[in-house]
Amino acid sequence: MGTRASICIIATSMWSFFHKLGSPPWLYKISGSILRWLLPITVVALAVGLAWGLLFTAPDFRQGNSYRIIYIHVPAAIVALAAYYIMALAGAVSLIWKMKMADIAMKACAPIGASFTFLALVTGAIWGKPTWGTWWVWDARITSMLVLLFLYLGVVALYEAFDNKEAASKACAVLALVGTVNIPIIYKSVDWWYSLHQPASIKMTGGSSIDSSMLYPLFWMIASVYALFACCMMLSMRVEILKSEGKTGWVKRLATESNS
Amino acid sequence: MNQASSRIESTLSSAQFCRRLLRRQLVLAIRRPVEIGNPLLFFTMVVALFPLGLGPAPAQLAEFAPGVLWIIALLSNLLTSDAIFRGDFEDGSLEQLLLSPQPLYLSVLAYIGAHWLVTGLLLALVSPIFAVMLNLSTASIPALVGSLLLGTGVLSLLGCVGAALTVGLRRGGMLISLLILPLYMPVLIFGSAAVNAAVLGNPAGPYLAILAGMLCFAVALAPFAVAAGLRISIDA
Amino acid sequence: MYFDSFSSALQMGGHGGFVWSAYLITVLVICCLVILPMRKEKQILRQLEGALKRQNRDKS
Repeated sequence: MGTRASICIIATSMWSFFHKLGSPPWLYKISGSILRWLLPITVVALAVGLAWGLLFTAPDFRQGNSYRIIYIHVPAAIVALAAYYIMALAGAVSLIWKMKMADIAMKACAPIGASFTFLALVTGAIWGKPTWGTWWVWDARITSMLVLLFLYLGVVALYEAFDNKEAASKACAVLALVGTVNIPIIYKSVDWWYSLHQPASIKMTGGSSIDSSMLYPLFWMIASVYALFACCMMLSMRVEILKSEGKTGWVKRLATESNS
Repeated sequence: MNQASSRIESTLSSAQFCRRLLRRQLVLAIRRPVEIGNPLLFFTMVVALFPLGLGPAPAQLAEFAPGVLWIIALLSNLLTSDAIFRGDFEDGSLEQLLLSPQPLYLSVLAYIGAHWLVTGLLLALVSPIFAVMLNLSTASIPALVGSLLLGTGVLSLLGCVGAALTVGLRRGGMLISLLILPLYMPVLIFGSAAVNAAVLGNPAGPYLAILAGMLCFAVALAPFAVAAGLRISIDA
Repeated sequence: MYFDSFSSALQMGGHGGFVWSAYLITVLVICCLVILPMRKEKQILRQLEGALKRQNRDKS
């Protein structure tokens, strides 16, 4: 009896949380108070992680110091991929429950995810030059990341093409869901394609035995970049909320309060 | 009069409706033979560009031919997919279709089927000519035709998703290629791999089987995305 | 600290240019991602406030 009551309480509180998420003023307020402590922590964590990876770890015995790029390349790539699924999830929520805040989350996610994908590609290219001797290799993982960038840019382009922003976010949600279904297929086929054409001279680094002294800063950076992604999402969602709710009373009150 | 027609409508089964829609699309296409010919002409012209760009050496052309033929098939399919719904969107018959009691899944499949019959099927049937022009070995021609037959089906289905999402936009032409090209990549990989395998004397069957699998998957899911896209475009 | 001196940290055994440029680009992108929306938010609020003031002046 007690457990059922507590389950009931948890369920109703979760439902009310979900309900509140749909309210722009609540989301704006709560994101403001979260950002007040999360943003400084994230910036400090990123600075610590970057310095740790850049200055305080021993170099790899095969690649020398160029391997230090791993501390930004891998977290950026992981978050870039996760961001696509978050975007598609937000799109699905907005299609099913017609939640306006999910629309806004999806709209905010596309350019951020594209930036992380871009970052992963650029750092990968810079890493490739000293390691493989070329800036660009049509390697399976690099090609998949490039396709991911195209998918993000497609969503951004589709959103911008619509004049009616409500229809734009619905269309983007459908496109993001189609992309989500396709990503595993694309990854598998690119992987297979690469194994068919693999040139013998280039081998990805066999990173199976990475030392723990190199692994800790990597985990640290992955966590910090996830936190950074959360901060960026909230920041750009706040902008989108203000843009779409500009005519409402609470935004007007906010505007007069903020500058007086 | 009105009652009679509505009674006829209601007695139409989904399959009959679908068949009529398919026939209508085909009749519309046949009335404008130039529009059927355009993708084929495009295909021919781009095939002619490659010897000019790569040099006329037969061995080199034969080496690139599988990839080249597949990329051109992909592009000509892409160029035609923009027009699938455009005419019906502008004269309002698409709106009628959405309001009709028939399942949208089947109606959309009829549209896609008609598009595939006038582009993909024709392209696959004339592709041996271009294969010979690019010096592809004759042993690989069945693999080329087979892979094009299966692959262009997937391309039509995916292109239709893009067409549905952009049909309400005035400047849809360029956008649709940005949306759809990344999704075409698996088809391109396995399509050209099938032809390449046949060139090297290996069996092309496994690749064709994967393409057929993709086709089944796309037939099952893509019409839902198309239907959702059409509803969004009509509402906007 | 792994490196003995500042110059050896810059050099990184010949890979310094690659590593430092990768980190620099990362920092730039992160700054853009964080600062641009913050500025945009302030700008929207300021514009709204201006519009409201103008409305009030027109009314009175």
